[in-house]
Amino acid sequence: MVAAFDEMKGHNGGVRPAYGELARWLAEVPPDVLDYRRREAELIFRRIGITFAVYGEAEAQERLIPFDVIPRIMAGAEWRLLEKGLTQRVNALNAFIKDVYGTREILRAGLVPDDLVFRNPAFRPEMSGQSVPHDIYVHIAGIDIVRVDAETFYVLEDNARTPSGVSYMLENREIMMRLFPELFSRHRIAPVENYPDELLATLKSVAPSSASRDPNVVLLTPGVFNSAYYEHSFLADKLGVELVEGRDLFVKDEVVYMRTTQGPQRVDVIYRRIDDDFLDPLTFRPDSALGMPGLMTAYTAGNVTLANAVGTGIADDKAVYSFMPAIVKFYLGEEPLLNTVPTWRCREEEHLAYVLDHLPELVVKEVHGSGGYGMLIGPAASKVAIEQYRAKLKTSPKNFIAQPTLALSTCPTCVEQGVAPRHVDLRPFVLTGRDGVRIVPGGLTRVALKEGSLVVNSSQGGGTKDTWVLDG
Amino acid sequence: MLSRTADNLYWLSRYVERAEYLARILDATQRLSALPLAYVGTSNEWESAVATAGCANAFFKLYDEANEANVTDFLAFSTANSSSIRSCFELARGNARAVRTALTMEMWDAINGTWLELKRYGNGPTSREEFSRFLRWVQESSLRFDGSAYRTMLRNDAYWFSRLGVYIERADNTARILDVKYHLLLPENERVGGPLDYFQWAAILRSVSALTAYHWVYRESLKPWLVADLLILRDEMPRSLSSCYEAIVRNLDSIAGAYGRQGPTQRQARGIRTRLQNSRMDGIFQRGLHEFIGEFIGENNRLGAQITQQFLT
Repeated sequence: MVAAFDEMKGHNGGVRPAYGELARWLAEVPPDVLDYRRREAELIFRRIGITFAVYGEAEAQERLIPFDVIPRIMAGAEWRLLEKGLTQRVNALNAFIKDVYGTREILRAGLVPDDLVFRNPAFRPEMSGQSVPHDIYVHIAGIDIVRVDAETFYVLEDNARTPSGVSYMLENREIMMRLFPELFSRHRIAPVENYPDELLATLKSVAPSSASRDPNVVLLTPGVFNSAYYEHSFLADKLGVELVEGRDLFVKDEVVYMRTTQGPQRVDVIYRRIDDDFLDPLTFRPDSALGMPGLMTAYTAGNVTLANAVGTGIADDKAVYSFMPAIVKFYLGEEPLLNTVPTWRCREEEHLAYVLDHLPELVVKEVHGSGGYGMLIGPAASKVAIEQYRAKLKTSPKNFIAQPTLALSTCPTCVEQGVAPRHVDLRPFVLTGRDGVRIVPGGLTRVALKEGSLVVNSSQGGGTKDTWVLDG
Repeated sequence: MLSRTADNLYWLSRYVERAEYLARILDATQRLSALPLAYVGTSNEWESAVATAGCANAFFKLYDEANEANVTDFLAFSTANSSSIRSCFELARGNARAVRTALTMEMWDAINGTWLELKRYGNGPTSREEFSRFLRWVQESSLRFDGSAYRTMLRNDAYWFSRLGVYIERADNTARILDVKYHLLLPENERVGGPLDYFQWAAILRSVSALTAYHWVYRESLKPWLVADLLILRDEMPRSLSSCYEAIVRNLDSIAGAYGRQGPTQRQARGIRTRLQNSRMDGIFQRGLHEFIGEFIGENNRLGAQITQQFLT
């Protein structure tokens, strides 16, 4: 494997300009101070209750995501490049989803295979021929970006359903400003604190035309047992909207209402953090107690906006992902600004044969997987694990894709032995409203804390960092 | 506001209030049971504590005997008892977590901090000293939460619903002490006990933190009928039934004012308040203290149900 690009030291060991002040500061600051601040940060996180739940770990029902106190830094010029690419990507995603549930021109043009869409579990036939307010499907997107050298960014995953993590972006910044005021005074860092305002503006802009001039926005959560519950309550608070559960809502005459101490109140926009499957037991899973019976009738009647729209999961699919360069060109007539990782779709025989021959060097993922579950990282896996995976792959090849193992960039990170490079990715949050795309400069940087590990997911022992976009 | 949010705030306050009450009962019982039998008679104080907490039935399903170890475990630490101090704090924190956005940072910090610290006490105290410390800590935690709410919450419906929880629970608690101990509080000519009861009266006052208050209000040595007067009719005594209903009516009026309409809840509460205001201890004793308290507990429960029906569902 090629040596990873280090975001502070580049390939050749000299400090890159954006990291100049930080490198000087790291050289000055005694190691025990870093350690002390790290423990202080942990105490603050625990105290305010920023926890997440890991499914299948009963005893660790509320866990902290490790926070690394060394920030990840991007120069303004790098960010602007990324910003353009993200805007383009999300515009293409929206156009694709609208087309798939509309006239299906991309299928007729033969650019994406029909069965990849129609036989996809994330495809929602209920949405066919159904228009959504202002033609926007993905109001909030989390696009996972990795970097392999100074100029090259790849999109690793498009999260077009209910991406999470933005509360960490906001809280990490607050904590950093509290713990390291001296470091902040040595930089000019673009703020992220306006994210909730931008989100609220986005959500209000897509209210149905029947809504009042000041639409009633709510955030729908599955409840306190959801792993991202903290984030739901945090965002509702910052947005100044009610945090509702399914049982707080009801539908009457195709209009959604919430139960309040003063009687029913109409709801116009639902920022939902519940998957499609659980939204409405009358339409989707009948055993779901999380959603609200009849929601889909109000939705298809155009009386309520769901953000994100129903059926956006089709764009999360990793086999669909592999067609993104063609999708961008087809709808926007532009060359993609962000790279898509070359992808072997195991549903295709030739691709499968190649993948089976090269397992030890590839990363294999489930097409519908998320959170880093069910992944094989060839170069890091044991022979036994590879053989087990090979069997799974052969049984249901169409559930898998494979990609070359990318050398994710590294950033300096506090570890037990001091400061050392660790692999990172970045999840910026892209908002799309009637009035355009908004992206706050930054995002959630995730870091694989184990040496050599490429898995940054918090459910797999990854941590987070504050992400700085500098002036200039 | 969302009915569920109001409901969570209401029960959050009730659970914290209940935890404090249980701690006071346990504290008072510990003191009584440490006195020589000649001072307190032969009654089983631990059994009486379980009755005062209103969970005698549940207790005797789990234990054969009401002794210090069993009752302490049941009222303070048991997870099988949904009204133990531990359960109350866990339920309170669960409610708080469900409505974080409706709490101030200080309130969240108070209840979340309490919940985190609760783990330190494990499954019970290793010694009497530690148990005393635990009881003090419970009372301090409740005071801290209550103070945070009082000092940091906006004066809107969220605040009023959380106060309603405090006062409905407090009225219930005070009434339950009276219900169990009424026979000790009868006027001189009807009393069955004797001077032995002095320490019982003190314990009753202690369990509602009114021992000092008694002396300031009456400037007399302990007289059982005055203890009853203090706990039932005295507006200036913050745990008296009368004072709780002054606050319940006031908070319900604030809600009615903000929402622009009165409802059955307001009328019901005002009815109870008026009856308390028009009562005198002589009359209550004449009609029967026990009956009076029994009726009050019923009315207070019905008002709680009415609040739930009108606002919280």
